[in-house]
Amino acid sequence: MLFQDIVFWLLAVIAIGSALGVVLIRDLFRAALLLVLVFVSIAGFFVLLSAEFLAVVQVLIYAGAISILLIFGIMLTRNVQQGNLANRLQLPAVVFSVMLLAVMVTVALQTDWSTLTEGQEQVANVVQTSAVKTLSAENGVPSLDLPDITAAQHDSLKSAGLADLLVSDFVLPFEAVSLLLLAAVIGSLVLVRPR
Amino acid sequence: MSLESVLIVAAVLFAIGLYGSLARRNALVVLMSIELMFNAVNLTLVGLARYVAPAAFQDDLSSLLTGQIFAVFIITVAAAEIALGLGIVFAMYRNSESVDLADAVELRN
Repeated sequence: MLFQDIVFWLLAVIAIGSALGVVLIRDLFRAALLLVLVFVSIAGFFVLLSAEFLAVVQVLIYAGAISILLIFGIMLTRNVQQGNLANRLQLPAVVFSVMLLAVMVTVALQTDWSTLTEGQEQVANVVQTSAVKTLSAENGVPSLDLPDITAAQHDSLKSAGLADLLVSDFVLPFEAVSLLLLAAVIGSLVLVRPR
Repeated sequence: MSLESVLIVAAVLFAIGLYGSLARRNALVVLMSIELMFNAVNLTLVGLARYVAPAAFQDDLSSLLTGQIFAVFIITVAAAEIALGLGIVFAMYRNSESVDLADAVELRN
């Protein structure tokens, strides 16, 4: 536990420090590189929070694709020397952000979260790291070594994977998102097309 | 490392992103700040999925993955958003040779 705590706070310092750098540094290119650092540290958080698949997706999509797109944008618009100026809304923006931060921190600390118990956390860890598929009985391994799990829960393990959920419970949002991606591809082609 | 510390780190990241998107004049920095806010929300969702017991825990263990599924959808929407946002920035740069949001006044009056 102690090791996890050290890694967590180290990642927190890196993420918050480089996020401040993204919005405050004058050089746009360095801001984009600091944004990559934020993305990678968020991927580290995902590993700590037993979301390995999302950590890989985070590195591929954010640290790989989106940051490269942003750096291309910075290079193509050649506005690096003018840099990262503030507009007239600076003070109201600071006040508003700090007030919203205070509200969010108060809510996080005051709410009585119904957290998982020790045994439930073990089950959650197996399900969330997608270890179910590789350990379950279908693949020849006798059965999962999980403490006190009911028959209904054991049945639901068969379809407890991110991919299973995407094509069962969440199939409508999945299709909507694919339509959104198509619209985004067409829209960006129309926007950058030379007349 | 507890649920509260995860939520607070995510809240700080969100506030920084909000400040950046409100107070900066460069359109690309605004896009980067919006990405920061997306990431903060993803961190919140994954943290809640990891620590909070879902209501259907007794019947259906796949409800433990709801937060991660939401994060997958948010990542997809963020990718679509950055593609469109950069398209708009390039169109703006082609029209007015500038990505400064203070110069984007064609719709005023």
